[in-house]
Order: sequence, then C-alpha cells, then structure tokens
Amino acid sequence: MSAAETTTAKVPPTRPSPTPRTGPEVPGKPARKPSAGGAAVPWVLLAPCLLVLVLVMGYPLVRLVTLSFQSFGKSELWGFKEAEWVGLKNFTAVLGDGEFWAVVVRTIVFTVGAVTLTMVLGMVIALLMQRVSGWVKALISIALVASWGMPIIVATAIFKWIFDTDYGVLNWLLSKLPGVDMGGHNWFASGPQGLAVIMLLVVWGAVPFVVITLSAGLTQVPKEMEEAARLDGAGAWGVFRWVTLPILKPLLVMLTTLSVIWDMGVFPQVFVMRGGNPEAEFQLLTTYSYQKAFVVNDYSGGSAIALVTVLLLLGVVAVYMRQMLKIGEVE
Amino acid sequence: MTSTTAAPAAAPRLKGRPGKGRRGKAGWNVLGLLVFVVMGFPVYWMLNTAFKPAKDAIDPNPQFFPGTFTLENFRRAFDVADFWGPVARSLAVSSVVVVIGIVVGMLAALAISRFAFRGRKIVIVGILAIQMVPLVAMIIPVFLLLNEFGQYDRITGLIITYLTFVLPFTVWTLRGFIVNIPKELEEAAMVDGCTRTGAFVRVVFPLLAPGMVATSVYGFIQAWNEYLYALMLMSQQNQTATVWLGNFTTKHGTEYAPMMAGATMMAVPIVILFLLVQRKMAAGLTAGAVKG
Repeated sequence: MSAAETTTAKVPPTRPSPTPRTGPEVPGKPARKPSAGGAAVPWVLLAPCLLVLVLVMGYPLVRLVTLSFQSFGKSELWGFKEAEWVGLKNFTAVLGDGEFWAVVVRTIVFTVGAVTLTMVLGMVIALLMQRVSGWVKALISIALVASWGMPIIVATAIFKWIFDTDYGVLNWLLSKLPGVDMGGHNWFASGPQGLAVIMLLVVWGAVPFVVITLSAGLTQVPKEMEEAARLDGAGAWGVFRWVTLPILKPLLVMLTTLSVIWDMGVFPQVFVMRGGNPEAEFQLLTTYSYQKAFVVNDYSGGSAIALVTVLLLLGVVAVYMRQMLKIGEVE
Repeated sequence: MTSTTAAPAAAPRLKGRPGKGRRGKAGWNVLGLLVFVVMGFPVYWMLNTAFKPAKDAIDPNPQFFPGTFTLENFRRAFDVADFWGPVARSLAVSSVVVVIGIVVGMLAALAISRFAFRGRKIVIVGILAIQMVPLVAMIIPVFLLLNEFGQYDRITGLIITYLTFVLPFTVWTLRGFIVNIPKELEEAAMVDGCTRTGAFVRVVFPLLAPGMVATSVYGFIQAWNEYLYALMLMSQQNQTATVWLGNFTTKHGTEYAPMMAGATMMAVPIVILFLLVQRKMAAGLTAGAVKG
C-alpha cells in the first residue's frame, strides 16, 4: 500500500499518445533528450517571439515599475508636465492606507474561497461523472462545455439578470420555499453577499476546466491499484485518499495555482456587475488599481497597487514554477 | 422539480461505494442530473429570456417554459446600437492576433521543445511567468504607451495588446502538442533521407495540424471574449462585440430581455466553436503539465 503510493507519486501518469496514425507505433520513452542542433537555430526560431514579447510585454512592464516611482496624473498624461521621480512615496502612501489593506484581505478571502470551491466542486463532479450512466455523463459534459465556453461578459450579464432585485428568477424561486420571502431582495446591497454572488459566477465559469482536466487524469488511475487497495480493506475514502489523490497530485497542483492566478485577476465580473463603478465594499486589488488610475487619475498610485498585486501573485507562482521546472528537467 | 429529485439522492450517497447494483447507479444518476440542472440553468435562462416577449420577462411569476415564442428581442438588440460594426472589429482583431500568434508561436514552440540550447530553461520560465501577469496590472502602462504612440482607439493598437496574452499561451500549448509527437518519427524520416526541415514539414506538421487548429480556435475565443482592453483602449464608436453588450444598460436601467438576445447572439457561435475543439484543448492545456 505505502509502496504503491510512493511509486505512483513519482511517476507522472503517461498519456496515450494521440499521434500514432501514420508512422509505426513507437514506445514513448519517458526521458527524451532534445537533440543537439546548431547553436544558432533555436535562437533564430525564437527571435520573432521574443521580439514581440519584449515590445508588447517587456516595455509596458518596465513602464509599470518606473511609473510606480513617479508622480503621474492628469497633467502628465496630457503632456503639460514632465513626470517627476518621487522615490517610494507611492508605495508608502499605498501601504499606509487602511483601505488598501482591507482590499488586500478581501481579495485573499475572495480568492481562497473561489479556488477552494472550484477545486472541491471540480473534484466531486469529476468523480461523480465516473459513476453515472453514459447519457447522464453526456448531459453533464454539454452543460460543462457550455459554461466553459461562455464569454465572461455574457455570463456576468446572465448572473446579473438571475440575481436581479425585482425580476430575478432566483428571488422568485427562493420565495417558493416555505417560510422564505425573498421578493425584492437586493443581493448587492452588502459587499460580502454581493461578492459571494460574484464568487459563484467565477466558480461557475471555472469548474468545467477543472472537471474536464481531472476526468482525463482519473482515466489514468490503474484499476488494479484501486482493486488492491480495496482488497487491503480500504473504503471508498481510503481508495481516494491513498490511490487516486497521489496520482492526481501534479494535476491538482497545476490546477490550483492556475485558479489562484485567474481568480486573483478577476476584473470584468466585479466591474460589470457593479455597473462600471464598484462600491468601496466591492473593491478587489484589480478594480482598486483600476479605480486609482482611471477614476482618480492617479496613474502612478494605480501602478504601485498593480505592482504589489503582481508581487503577491509571484509568491503563488513560485510554487507553480517549481512544478513546471521539474517537467523541464524530465525532458 | 428540484426538491423531488434531491430527496432520493441522499440514500445511496450513504452507501458511498460505486457500482453497487442498479439502485446505487440510479442514485448517482439523480445526483448527476442535479449537477446538470444547476450548471446548465444560467444558459437555459439566457435562451428562455431571449425568446420570450419582453413584458413576460418582467412578469413577477416567471415562466420556466416559454409559452409565446418571439424574435422581437433580437430585433431590439440590433436597434439598440450598431451590431455588425463591433462584430466585424472583433472578428478582424481576433483573426489577425491568431494568425500572428500561431506563426510566431509555432517557431518558438519548436525551438523550446525540439532543441537543446543554453538559456532554454530561462526562456521557458520567462514565457510561463509572462502568462502569470494579470491583464489588469498591465492596463495602466499599456494605456499610456498606446496614447503616446498615437495608437489609442486604433485596431492595430488593440491587436498588439492582445498579443500579450495570446502569444505566450500559444507557445506553451503548441509546445505541449509537439512534445507528444514521438521524436523517433522525425528521426526515421531523416534516416530515410529527409532534411530536418523536410522531416518537420512531412512528418511533424501533419500530426500537429489538429493541435494547431485547436490552439487557433482557442486563441480566437480568448481574443474575442476579452473585455477590459477593448473597453479601455477603444472609444465608444469603435467598440468591439464584448463592449457592445454594455449598451443595454443605461442610467434608466437594463433592458434584460433584449440583452439576453444580444448575449445569445454573442455566445452561441463561440460555444459551438468551443465545443468543436474543447476535447483537444483540454489535452493540450495539460499536456505540458504531466508530460515533458
């Protein structure tokens, strides 16, 4: 049992090669060495990509950093004034602002909530899909793909409509329950409740990717191993905990980090839900930075907030990077 | 309806073991149907609202199954603001971005998946790291830069900006597809007398084509769905399709029924496109994660 666990944890599930249509079947070697080519060839191939990325990404990133050390407002935008270097002033202003910390805490709570919900629901639905009949599985797949492919902006509009105060179908449905009267209930009157609705919207859009990826991963779990664990007396939970989970671990790590990155970057959902002008109670780091820059016209303050957000994310990304680098080594 | 289906679900769940006879299966199926209803409801409600008369949409007792079928909301959606202009702009921007992304991305993906060279790891990390930077963090410098280069409110400016997220994604996904093609196939072709380029064109390229199509479609959808840059970098009269959907909300309130008709027009083609490539894409997105 424990031996099986240690071996499976290290060997990534092999994926059936989608390719053997033309050539002869070639047994895939786990560790393939990239061939040694002319030293210049790869760089020539990379050149256009790197050039574009430096231009469209590198330059703005540098500008983001320099901006956050400058004073840049409306008059600088219109060119009346040269941007002035102010050192760490923007950062001390931002970090010394109580509202900023409230936004940070709100963002973290929102992200942790959304990611946890997404991962748990995704796992549960993926496991459920293994147990239902074929036609139910097909129905769930259709619903998943429809919500996955739905443009965020459309999904936001739909949720806004479902949760509408006066004519929303949800208030009507809830009022059907005995003893509940939700007629005219405004879901967005308070920040936490409104953000919970937005969290649902985010989770609704994010679950399909997790389910589909985990379903693919689940097909790689060897049936014999599950059988063996069951013979050793493991219950359903034991099999999941000691056989399924270790095999899915690399996928779960990747999905969790990606979800954190995506959910911390949530913007249009909040922005559109609140009619382009989120109230203070609804501000997340992304909307907060946007508001500082484009509503208050303090572009450098907004940049400082954006930079802090990116740094926060880097902590999470470091985990992801380590995982990805391991893959680079396997190659 | 939902309350009756939820009740029997509890009994088999207690058993907890899969595949325990017909009753167990039926229990799982009921749970599965519940998931289907909950996940699919928002989509259903969009279609339901889009095709019923606007005055029925604000009936305090909404109808779950539309009685009267109408296209009036779609007519209104076309009236509320120019529809084809934004759609044409979105089409143009997304197509150009995808073409550039695929051509440039393909070369880069080949370099990092088929060649050993110094600095390869740094390039990979760089491309991954770039994907991590949230779009919102970039909007301020991008806005200022486009302003300075006279590219504000220009389609070219928007195309350049969209490359920031389409290109790294394309490189990474194509790389996932390439590493899944056995290198031995290429080597066999080279033994048979093909040049390296010839081996690629004749052997790898045909195998890669489905992956490339999937990546293009997915990149197209991403560009099509983008909202923030489109909102910030284009003016009202040059808006794209996603921003167009905001026209239904004015300070007098939101016209939900026509808005749902507009939403349907925007979402249905995209969801169908998505349906065609999602299987391939799910594999591609994770290929890099589980297989080197």
